[in-house]
Amino acid sequence: MIKAILIFNNHGKPRLIRFYQYFTEDMQQQIIRETFHLVSKRDDNVCNFLEGGSLIGGSDYKLIYRHYATLYFVFCVDSSESELGILDLIQVFVETLDKCFENVCELDLIFHMDKVHYILQEVVMGGMVLETNMNEIVAQVELQNRMEKSEAIQNLSPPYLCHLLHIATSSRSLRSSSSIHLNVPPAGLSTILTPTRHPQL
Amino acid sequence: MSPSIPLQEMIRAIRSARTQCEERGVIQRECAAIRAQFRQADNGARSHNLAKLLYVHMLGYPAHFGQMECVRMIASPRYSEKRVGYLGAMMLLDEKQDASLLITNSIKNDLSHSNQYVQSLALCTLACMGSAEMCRDLAPEIDRLLRASNSYIKKKAALCAVHIVRKVHELGELFAPAARSLLTEKNHGVLHGAVVLITELCERNPEALERFRKTVPDLVQIMKGLVISGYSPEHDVAGISDPFLQVRILRLLRILGRHNETASDAMNDLLAQVATNTDSTKTVGNAVLYETVLTVLDIKSESGLRVLAVNILGRFLLNNDRNIRYIAMMSLQKIVGTDHNAVQRHRGTIVDCLKDHDASVKRRALELSLALVSASNIRSMMKELLLFLSSCPPELRAQTASGIFNAAERYAPSQRWHIDTILHVLTTAGGDVRDETVPNLIQLITNTSELHCYTVHKLYRALLTDISQQPLVQVACWCIGEYGDLLLKGECQETEPAQVTEDDVLDSLETVLQSHMSAPATRGFALTATMKLSTRITDNVDRIRSIVSIYGSCIDVELQQRAVEYNALFKKYDHMRAAVLERMPVIEKNSLGQTNGDFAGEAIKAIQPAIVKQGEPPLLLQPANQVCDLLDLLGGSEEPLQPSSVQSGTASGLPINNSSTAGGDLLDLLGGFEPTPAAQAPAVTVYEKDGVNLTLLCEKHSDTGLTVTLTASNSNDSDISSFTLQAAVPKSVQLHMKAPSGDFLPARGAAKVTQMVVLNNPNKVNLKMRVRISYTSQGSACQDTVQIDSFPGL
Repeated sequence: MIKAILIFNNHGKPRLIRFYQYFTEDMQQQIIRETFHLVSKRDDNVCNFLEGGSLIGGSDYKLIYRHYATLYFVFCVDSSESELGILDLIQVFVETLDKCFENVCELDLIFHMDKVHYILQEVVMGGMVLETNMNEIVAQVELQNRMEKSEAIQNLSPPYLCHLLHIATSSRSLRSSSSIHLNVPPAGLSTILTPTRHPQL
Repeated sequence: MSPSIPLQEMIRAIRSARTQCEERGVIQRECAAIRAQFRQADNGARSHNLAKLLYVHMLGYPAHFGQMECVRMIASPRYSEKRVGYLGAMMLLDEKQDASLLITNSIKNDLSHSNQYVQSLALCTLACMGSAEMCRDLAPEIDRLLRASNSYIKKKAALCAVHIVRKVHELGELFAPAARSLLTEKNHGVLHGAVVLITELCERNPEALERFRKTVPDLVQIMKGLVISGYSPEHDVAGISDPFLQVRILRLLRILGRHNETASDAMNDLLAQVATNTDSTKTVGNAVLYETVLTVLDIKSESGLRVLAVNILGRFLLNNDRNIRYIAMMSLQKIVGTDHNAVQRHRGTIVDCLKDHDASVKRRALELSLALVSASNIRSMMKELLLFLSSCPPELRAQTASGIFNAAERYAPSQRWHIDTILHVLTTAGGDVRDETVPNLIQLITNTSELHCYTVHKLYRALLTDISQQPLVQVACWCIGEYGDLLLKGECQETEPAQVTEDDVLDSLETVLQSHMSAPATRGFALTATMKLSTRITDNVDRIRSIVSIYGSCIDVELQQRAVEYNALFKKYDHMRAAVLERMPVIEKNSLGQTNGDFAGEAIKAIQPAIVKQGEPPLLLQPANQVCDLLDLLGGSEEPLQPSSVQSGTASGLPINNSSTAGGDLLDLLGGFEPTPAAQAPAVTVYEKDGVNLTLLCEKHSDTGLTVTLTASNSNDSDISSFTLQAAVPKSVQLHMKAPSGDFLPARGAAKVTQMVVLNNPNKVNLKMRVRISYTSQGSACQDTVQIDSFPGL
């Protein structure tokens, strides 16, 4: 079972946190800090598995993480999950984000936190892996977004629409001003990233 | 009320705050606006407000006032609001909050909604935070969804069912038939969900396990389809068809095949096929291979397959990729109990991994190395482990040290090696060892009497170099105190003897006493050692006296007490000092607390007859308690002092002052006695029959030499003549009987006969003596034999 999924940047600021086990808010922030502390100490060419934290789950849990440019993607799992499988799952998730946001970067994650949550909901549900086929995930997310938009257009009220349009345009203007991109190779090719090679900035 | 800014603007505002204080200000303003908006009736921007609240929650600020809003949003008919509402529910609510009960009805309605995305939202929320009551209520709904809906919903319903089974175990029965039928689906997502559900059911319930064993052929079929099938673009990851599903199925096969011959047979071919055909150059391939290996090793597979599996693990171990090596070591750890020899073959690689830079790999390698230590490889392994200890990361030190101690205890090839190893560990990682290491080591040292000289030399040198490692310093002080005479003698067979003068030794002990690095316990050790040396050395007794008297006014109460007592020993009880500070006896394997009692008990038993001889009432057992407390007082928990000195006091025959309290002063207790000039050791009655009484008095005059004085007396009304004693001792002990004082015992104890026997026990064997008494009484000759096993005062 996956106990938590954390995404934070190189300075420890959380970009997405999802806990599949209940913790109070203080505990959650403490876990984030401890995980960042453990993960940031690691070299770039060591293995992606970490043990030694004490807050979540006691002795049974490990941290499986991947470092892309400025972001750490950390999955806290217990012994019932296959470690190499989770590593690949992180890869699938990032590729999905890339497809949904078109060359995703950290700013996308910051300003569209809720959308990232919805995408994650299609991949992991209740701490268990739900879907691993990237195309399927992207398709479902697209359909849901379309549904939301169509519903919003149905309620034609000018101030609301203004807000919507504002949101729609602002994200594009953001992308043009964003500086760092996560360059993830597109799906279908056989070049799954090995842990030793990291995407270029 | 001005409309609050939408989500992105708020995020921008928060990010532009330059200090934590500014950020807090922005967030507080925003939260106030959100709260106001929540209180208003329906307005168009509700979803945005909740999204903002969730962002604020992620940063760590309190957001509990949004819980009711979540409930309201979930009940709204609009999809956008439902979406955010459910997300909020998953982030902010859990089963402990009351508000979570309120959403049960909404979830129930949404599960039968026409729109599949609304259904999926409800399923997702239920799977994340569904409480036991909610699960019980909604289980039939989930079951319905498992059977009759599209594949998108089916896969979500399957995982939701897993959560329900975890919360409410009994509902597993409900889902079993549906799970079985799901295995026939084509959609991989649904298959995946079904396999997870079946895995969960089998792990919880052994009956379900039995039933699902019948599905093994189906699972094998599915796997074959995945492995052999051609390229299918939608599931392909790096040339392997849906590796996630393969891994899941392999795990389920492992659970089904455990302890079961038939199921394992059905899987053998498949596993062999997967193991040989999977491409191991990519991570996903390795994931599948790894799972296959674990399954092979866990079920009752045939031996050829097991060999193949262990070879694959060996290959993993040599892989350049650290992840793979880590995984390989983890799986080797799992099988080291059962296939020990197979793992031993890879010992070299594992030991090399100890030197890896990666902390995770080091940790795995350490655990595996400790599991692989055996009698045959102990020396080489220990070398590696000690090398590791000197360079290992601090969080692994304690584990390494205790592992080394365990291994050394079990497989030590020689005593000297054992002591060397422990000393090495203490010098490198002294701060991380467990507390009982010190007494264990002391016990080990006293047990190997032939190495006393060697040990004390080594420890002295270690003490000179470094006094920061407390356990080491404690042991060193103790040894110097005990065996200081060996150190000063300047000759040693096993190692280079150091030319040490008494001053040097006292200097080093004083350094320990005065150093700020020494813990209070260590200083106690040093003080006692200094005191013990007063009997072992000849010249500098005055120096010792002065050291001890200085500490009589030390701030540390424990030290002060010791110093005062030792002072008293110098002043008032100087005649007892040699006996008090004699060499320690060999410590038994029991806990030292018990040993205290044992010694005291034996000695007391021996004393009682001595009092009988003088016609006094026997000592009560009360003194035993006081003596025990006395021993505690003098030596702490680690040093049972010689009971003989105290017994000499009790042997004076005066009734003990029973009112002395448990923690009573040594002085009070000793003050109750009259010091007898003659009694350095107790006189023990060894034979009493027919009015003839024989007592034994021991006096040790050197390390191996002992003088035994046998005193006979006669309490009959008639005289005894021709009284002779003959003695026999074990072979290695030399015996020399001096001339007796006489052979006539007058009646009623008017006079006594004494005979001195000088014994020499060079091999320090257990001393026993058999004495034959022959005499003539009232015209008849009598003969008797008595065996003496215990020599008090020895």
